[in-house]
Amino acid sequence: MKELTLETLIAVFEEIFGGGLFWAIVIVAALVTLAYLYVLIRDRSMSMRKFLLAQLSMPFGAIAAVLFVQVMTNSGFSDVGGPIDLIVLLGVAVVGAIGIAVLVYTLQSLMRRSPG
Amino acid sequence: MTSSEFLTSRRMFLGLAGTALAAVTANAPARAARTKTSARVVIIGAGAAGTALVNRLVQRLDGAQITVLDARKEHLYQPGLSLVAAGLKPASYTVSQTTDWLPQGITYFNEAAAGIDPLTQKVTTSSGKSIYYDFLVAAPGLVLDHDAIEGFSLDLVGTNGIGALYAGPEYAAKTWVAASRYTEEGGVGLFTRPGTEMKCAGAPLKHAFLIDDIARTAGNAGKTEIIYAANNDSLFGVPIVSEKVRMLFGDRGIKPVYSHVIKSIDPGARRATFSTPEGETELDYDYLHVIPPQRAPDVIRQSGLSWADKWTDQGWVEVDKQTLRHLRYPEIFGLGDVAGVPKGKTAASVKWQVPVVEDHLVAAIEGREGTAAYNGYTSCPLITRVGRAMLVEFDYQNNLTPSFPGVIAPLEELWISWLMKEVALKATYNAMLRGKA
Repeated sequence: MKELTLETLIAVFEEIFGGGLFWAIVIVAALVTLAYLYVLIRDRSMSMRKFLLAQLSMPFGAIAAVLFVQVMTNSGFSDVGGPIDLIVLLGVAVVGAIGIAVLVYTLQSLMRRSPG
Repeated sequence: MTSSEFLTSRRMFLGLAGTALAAVTANAPARAARTKTSARVVIIGAGAAGTALVNRLVQRLDGAQITVLDARKEHLYQPGLSLVAAGLKPASYTVSQTTDWLPQGITYFNEAAAGIDPLTQKVTTSSGKSIYYDFLVAAPGLVLDHDAIEGFSLDLVGTNGIGALYAGPEYAAKTWVAASRYTEEGGVGLFTRPGTEMKCAGAPLKHAFLIDDIARTAGNAGKTEIIYAANNDSLFGVPIVSEKVRMLFGDRGIKPVYSHVIKSIDPGARRATFSTPEGETELDYDYLHVIPPQRAPDVIRQSGLSWADKWTDQGWVEVDKQTLRHLRYPEIFGLGDVAGVPKGKTAASVKWQVPVVEDHLVAAIEGREGTAAYNGYTSCPLITRVGRAMLVEFDYQNNLTPSFPGVIAPLEELWISWLMKEVALKATYNAMLRGKA
């Protein structure tokens, strides 16, 4: 890589997913984040009951994200060859876990407003 | 969480968002004002190099008359060919249309350059058009000299246990037909490389590693004997990488033979003849991977642009290895595979060469000297099996030049390097074509 600027990174991601899909993903992620902030502000508190279900969904999100990346790239767990590979693998898992937790929490909050 | 606590965290969140936004703004590169000019620029070739350059030039020059010549309608993503030849991607993965990548406001002729006259500064096209230039960028790529291997013809690819992945997407797919049969049936696999300079010197190794791995995964490792025929006494031009490959070959049971350059084949008998320092020698095969000698196109060699005392059988353009500017005709640049420099001939090299030519070309138009220099940077995600690769990067001095030192080790087989090849490389390449990376 000659220079890794934000512009380069965006261009690369646009190419990976295609311009339309990439920005659609960005918008969906932004919308989910906004919806999450909205329910937090609206409810003025975290609902621990909803949060519990969100937490329970995290391992599934983590595993799904890792498997998705592996299937998309013709690779598997045995290909992990060094520390950075493990970090990438865990990073993918963490992203999947957090993503699904936020999604599950937000969906519950939007569907029913309980004082939980 | 109480509302005051939440307010704190909301303020914190807004603060973070503000910081991120500031970082984004600071990162956006300042656009230089476009140079007004009426200069005539001709670019021969709309491959990786020509396309990336023209997309950057239109952002830098206002009013320049830019003409691009290329006889091929399809643009080929050549780094994908080794994936096609291992059955990991379809042939279509590597094919797009040349015109999809070219910018507005230039002239594109879908024909080859038939002649270059550096004295009158004129290019003649294959249909007989004369185009005069103030600056010429020669980026026609190279030609594969299949005829140089006696007994070989492209019709054979995919049959008789013969593969030739360099010949293009269709032949890379046919190579997989022959190679996949070999991974099932076993026997002797013979992997060669030419004695000339070549595109991506890692690709012959990748093919050997991949076919070995696929046979192993299929449970047929016991049936295969894989031989890698190096053209000289090393396995790779960079000594430290060559040593690493030697160790990996030892680990995989791939047997190297040195100073073996393929000369002819007998497809019926499945026998290849090699030139070696001790004379000719024959090796039998069940699968043979052929990479022919590679040379500059005839139009370059006949126009007097080639080195007179180096690579005389290959004809690469005589350029300064730092500026890529022709040593005898300063208004001519050699870019990409055709450039007569000791490293390069990969898409990654093009990525580093293009800004250098852009800098010197725009500077010349503005009447000053450019400052950018190409250090020989070449990169090769050297696939060592399905799922792992080594991100090998080096320069003219055979120094390793890792992009991510301390994070991605250059001589370690890593999954992340494979991910880069599989996912990020084509994206980076396409961004480069658009002049964005």
